[in-house]
Amino acid sequence: MAVIFQKTKGLTDTPFTYCPGCTHGIIHRLVAECLEELDLLDRTIAIASVGCSVMSYEFFNCDAIQAAHGRAPAVATGVKRVHPDKIVFTYQGDGDLASIGTGEIVQAAHRGDNITVIFVNNAIYGMTGGQMAPTTLPGQITTTSPYGRDVTKQGEPIRMAELMAQIPGAAYIERVMTADPVSVRKAKRAIKKAFEIQKNGGGFSMIEILSSCNIGWGLSPVDALKYIKEDMAAYFPLGVFKDKGAAQ
Amino acid sequence: MSKMLMKGNEAIAQAAIAAGCDAFFGYPITPQNEICEYMSKYLAKSGGAFVQAESELAAINMVYGAAGAGARTMTSSSSPGIALKQEGISYCAGAELPCVIVAISRGGPGLGGILPAQGDYNQATRGGGNGDYKVVVLAPNGVQEATEMVRDAFLLSEKYRNPVMVMADGVIGQMMEPVEINTDPLPKFEKPWAATGESQSRGTRNVINSLFLNPVDLENHNIALRKKYDMIEENEVQVDLYMMEDADVALVAYGTPSRIVKSAIEEMRAEGIKVGLIRPKTLYPFPFKQINAAADKVKFLLTAELSMGQMVHDVRLAVNGKVPVYFYGRAGGMIFEPKEISDAVKSHLGGE
Amino acid sequence: MKGRVTFNTNRCKGCGLCVSVCPVKLIELDKSTVNAIGYNPAYPAYPDKCIACTNCAIMCPDTVITVERLDG
Repeated sequence: MAVIFQKTKGLTDTPFTYCPGCTHGIIHRLVAECLEELDLLDRTIAIASVGCSVMSYEFFNCDAIQAAHGRAPAVATGVKRVHPDKIVFTYQGDGDLASIGTGEIVQAAHRGDNITVIFVNNAIYGMTGGQMAPTTLPGQITTTSPYGRDVTKQGEPIRMAELMAQIPGAAYIERVMTADPVSVRKAKRAIKKAFEIQKNGGGFSMIEILSSCNIGWGLSPVDALKYIKEDMAAYFPLGVFKDKGAAQ
Repeated sequence: MSKMLMKGNEAIAQAAIAAGCDAFFGYPITPQNEICEYMSKYLAKSGGAFVQAESELAAINMVYGAAGAGARTMTSSSSPGIALKQEGISYCAGAELPCVIVAISRGGPGLGGILPAQGDYNQATRGGGNGDYKVVVLAPNGVQEATEMVRDAFLLSEKYRNPVMVMADGVIGQMMEPVEINTDPLPKFEKPWAATGESQSRGTRNVINSLFLNPVDLENHNIALRKKYDMIEENEVQVDLYMMEDADVALVAYGTPSRIVKSAIEEMRAEGIKVGLIRPKTLYPFPFKQINAAADKVKFLLTAELSMGQMVHDVRLAVNGKVPVYFYGRAGGMIFEPKEISDAVKSHLGGE
Repeated sequence: MKGRVTFNTNRCKGCGLCVSVCPVKLIELDKSTVNAIGYNPAYPAYPDKCIACTNCAIMCPDTVITVERLDG
């Protein structure tokens, strides 16, 4: 008899503040498992952002700094430059990273800062009640696109992984999803790879994770997973967009 | 160490390095560019980290990160750039992080101009950021004092775990003066609270945070901050009194304009007019008590600023109606001459 | 392969993701009880069916589930 799955030591015992079915919880667990498995918990500083994951500093069992909206990559740069041997990662949502924080994320990658970015894309501003995000799908109804996102007026959703892959300083960029057990296992491999790259001094890595917001989307938790797989992944293709290590 | 002739901005940067600055995060803006340039040239050589950030916003947030991780850190900018930094300064104040912000002020509002001005007194002392907080503000009147205040700023910031601003007008940044920089090692305060990563061996997680969703917790935090500011107001006021012993009129000025005011005082004294100077060296905490005491002995006070009148409101609060408080100011990069000050004093004396 | 799933019931928010991914349909939401945080928690309705695949634990957003392998 052997325990083959239990809560990782990379998480504190504080219950998540996320809505029932929200896959932020899965992503938290994956990040925490990777930190534990790579033996990084005693040298990691997490940078929490603003949005649903604002409280993530309560959940990761490591030191943490809560950053202003969009500024997590700049905060991470500040930490990493004075502690180059420590592991520094940001945990950001789509409003934080792809809207108010586009300057910071792009420039941190351009500097080639040896940090890891966990980018949770759920196509909505969840914390503030379901407003349109930069990644909201065309036609998707939110509280600020009540007739569906009109791309002629509100623009096309922004594909961050593709954008970031163009940056010479970015070492590893991958997009994964949390739609089913198989894709969650893949997501974990991607996150682990990103932390390994940082551990080995490989440079800037970002893992974009398509995630659910069943409450904001007005779907059941199970139907929200289907929406990730069928609707989000259709617009945001999965895959590795940049792998400097493999190219060399 | 002997005196060297140095440009204010460079002397400020050198003083910061001498004070053990671990990391500097800057962004170009006139008239403070030489600070960034000097740091880029010399900070790494002394083992520190230099980053030219993508914006003032990013720079102050890098400061927030580095300070949160226990480093002795600094940024510098000028008026519109300091405006952009307010978000990060508020976060630093909220999370009680020690850091130094050097502000080399220019004219405003908006893009304003690039010549010296003091229109940022309110921005500095009231905080341009959100929430109930205070930033210690030191105002040097020359290059030598600017270097001493930079050193002081690191010390005060760590002593109180609070952002400290050194606000110098553009004159100080750009002019050259003989200066002797203190190179004695500056004691480092223990930072057991810093998020340095060793959560497991420490046995406790260190979290840097300014979020308190429970109103009881946030009020307690606000009260604790207020108590800290009370201590700062009690212990850290710095003010220079010049020829105030027998003065009938008190002039109030800070920064380089205070030197022009001194010349005016000497001219007026030669004419038999007994004028003195009160020079706040800390704009926060402001020398309310000292100015209030002075008001008992003079006919009136006159505040001279390179603005349309900002510090004058604090002087009026300090005087509390005991005697009149007049104002004379120039702005936009225009600087008053001693004669303008003596004319202003005489015009108010003339009515008697 | 035989397994056993254990639920930390009072952390469960009753989202049902575990129910949806269990290949042997052993988990159900317990509509007859409300847990400490106000939800109908998931529970192993047919525990003997468990094949220790860990799908349920992998999809659980609230780290409610522990999985043990009982053979080999």
